[in-house]
Amino acid sequence: MNWIELHNNASAPLHDIPVLSYEKFCAYVAEFLNQNDSCHCVSYYAFPYNNGLKFIACIADDSDGIIYILSHEQPKSVTKLASLSKDIFELHIFEREIHENFGIDFIGHPWLKPVRYAHNRANLENEIKNYPFFKITGEALHQVGVGPIHAGVIEPGHFRFICNGENVLHLEIQLGYQHKGIERLFLEKSKLIQRAILAESIAGDTVVGHSLAFAHNMEQLLGLSESKQLAIIRSIALELERIAVHIGDLSAMCLDVAYQLGSSVFGSLRTPVINYFQWWCGNRFARTLIRPGYNPYPLEKELIERLKKMLDEFEIKFDEISKKTFTLPSVLSRFEKTGQVTAQQMKLIGAVGIPARITGIRRDIRTSHPSMYYTELKYQPVIMDSGDVYAHGRLKSHEISRSISYIRRLLGKLEELGKQQEPDRPNYPQLKLKKNYFSIDLVEGWRGEICHTAITDQDGNLMHYKVKDPSMHNWLGLALAVRNNEISDFPICNKSFDLSYCGHDL
Amino acid sequence: MLNILLIIIASIFFLGIVNRVRSTLSGRKGPGLVQSWLDIYRLTKKQAIYSKVSSFMFQIAPSIQFASIICAILVVPFGNHEAILAFDGDFIFFAYVLAVGKFFMICAALDTGSPFEGMGANREALYSMLAEPAFFVLMGSFAMLTGHFSFHEIFNNIHFGSFESFLLGGLATYLLVQIAMVENSRLPVDDPKTHLELTMVHEVMILDTSGIDLAMIATATTLKFAIYGMLITNFFLDPTWSEWLKIPIFFTIQAGWAITVALLESFRARARMKRNPLIIFSLTALSILIFFGVLIIMNKFML
Repeated sequence: MNWIELHNNASAPLHDIPVLSYEKFCAYVAEFLNQNDSCHCVSYYAFPYNNGLKFIACIADDSDGIIYILSHEQPKSVTKLASLSKDIFELHIFEREIHENFGIDFIGHPWLKPVRYAHNRANLENEIKNYPFFKITGEALHQVGVGPIHAGVIEPGHFRFICNGENVLHLEIQLGYQHKGIERLFLEKSKLIQRAILAESIAGDTVVGHSLAFAHNMEQLLGLSESKQLAIIRSIALELERIAVHIGDLSAMCLDVAYQLGSSVFGSLRTPVINYFQWWCGNRFARTLIRPGYNPYPLEKELIERLKKMLDEFEIKFDEISKKTFTLPSVLSRFEKTGQVTAQQMKLIGAVGIPARITGIRRDIRTSHPSMYYTELKYQPVIMDSGDVYAHGRLKSHEISRSISYIRRLLGKLEELGKQQEPDRPNYPQLKLKKNYFSIDLVEGWRGEICHTAITDQDGNLMHYKVKDPSMHNWLGLALAVRNNEISDFPICNKSFDLSYCGHDL
Repeated sequence: MLNILLIIIASIFFLGIVNRVRSTLSGRKGPGLVQSWLDIYRLTKKQAIYSKVSSFMFQIAPSIQFASIICAILVVPFGNHEAILAFDGDFIFFAYVLAVGKFFMICAALDTGSPFEGMGANREALYSMLAEPAFFVLMGSFAMLTGHFSFHEIFNNIHFGSFESFLLGGLATYLLVQIAMVENSRLPVDDPKTHLELTMVHEVMILDTSGIDLAMIATATTLKFAIYGMLITNFFLDPTWSEWLKIPIFFTIQAGWAITVALLESFRARARMKRNPLIIFSLTALSILIFFGVLIIMNKFML
């Protein structure tokens, strides 16, 4: 065998992953990604191993729910490798990351630029101020630089437009202002509870998504299992987070086109959902809700009733305003055909989550690689095909409706199960991670596929923890979406993609 | 003097009413009616900050714009109260004195060297240029109808009580409302509430302005609304009515005009930037309709 096959939320001894030569590694990766339309790369990274580097590529096959894990090792002396991105463009961001962290030159890489300026990057002379922007010169062209200070209240990022009048020819997005060093902190903070809190702060708007991916990895490495009840409750939390963020996005999209009624009604509907989290776990963004191995906040009967009531009231208002918004001519004229992307583009850059689904690509981890309760209660993804801002908004509104009905079904299952003995809180300090193990977990967060992988060494310490937020792939999608659009439509495109700055900057 | 006084009183409450109605329509409580003036008062106490790369142009432009608004007020009559300055062709003076203010604001925006402000200046110049013919065809038609060339005399002579004059008055009101929405940078052409520089038109031009300069610009904005309100009122006033009737009508129309602005802005989205020239051009088309109406009334145009 030249690779191992794992399902989602699984683990394997590290030594089981065959080590390939770089030529073979490239050949197999290329074979998977080029010849198989249902495969996409969920994570590809390198880390220091035995005085050299170990490369691991995780390729998910959406047709049968299998994740192929391939690896390659090389001594420190090798600093030049042939680029895979030349032919398989979706790997470009992963190679850029490896290049930035370890100084490997990928020969033939089309866009080998810094990614996030981590403090432990290989070449400290690469700084934000000397970022190599793409240049076009011409009499009629002008450049507009936006950021890094955001006009609203969100995060830092710099956007460099090359425009011809009001039309955008090219947009380059430069991130890396946050220097959080999350992956390094995962290794430095040795307590499980510290790491759990760290996982919650990878992206403040995807607390449930990221902490689920973390919890699953830890459960795999600790040998803990997820009870049926826990799986249901976690699925409920994930869908609730999706509703909360999607509705906030819809509000912001209406605000960007100055549709006041939509903006204020959608905005006010977000409150009951996040307030429900507050009732449930004491935090409106669901922090502390997910912990490895047990459920800190059981869904008591009273909480279930409250959730049902909240969803019933929510749904009536939501249906009314979304019907109104998506039939209003002035809104439609702003949304339709704005920021259009094609399925071909999205496949090329390996887009995941909503940007993929709006172009008709069926890429949804809940269906293709189900874990938690999605394995038993099938989820049917929402697919649109126009690829514009309208598709973003409509898909979000459909997903909200679908999540509501899915939560209702989950609650039904939970009540069917009846009162079960919940596993006690494991004594975290006494737990030991498996030695020399590799684990992987994919979660479909509201933004798209989240991938966490963990690797332990021979003493059972974390050797590497890799986080991949869906924004990693999708930022380039935004840059493609605004091409040949008016520059004044950039904010609405940006809002409809709603990508994470901190999920990218890590 | 009465007309100046009325315009100032109306301007105090104008934006307050707009914002209060908008808030109420979106289910919020909303600020007090004089909040816009409290904000202006707060701004006057702040220091103005000037960028090192900007020149004197940036510093004088807000004052010139404010002065241009004051000059424009001087030529606006109230019913049979003649304006302080009234002369033949004063409506041309009115349009171009406002344009002078705008010209200096555009220069100031370019002066900052910011790519946003350049973009905003570009859009503002285009939209004002496109809105200009609508206003002149409108006023020119009425000048032709009445045979007079000043605001005061035009307004005093268009009320001959016939069915057609009310029809033209209604059309002219609609047109003036729309022109005022464009000139005051409101929906659907511009969105004064947005925080997104890339979509702004007027707001982005004053991003670097602060302190007393910003206070002057904000005052100018509220005054401009009240001026347009006064022009609209004039279409409905009969010169023979007494002051006790005309002043309440004035305030009713101003309030109605403020509520109209709020209603127009609450239930629709802003237009796509590319469509804005088309929207503004359609105003010129409407004003040509008034022109034909006048020709028909004057029997110069046979049906």
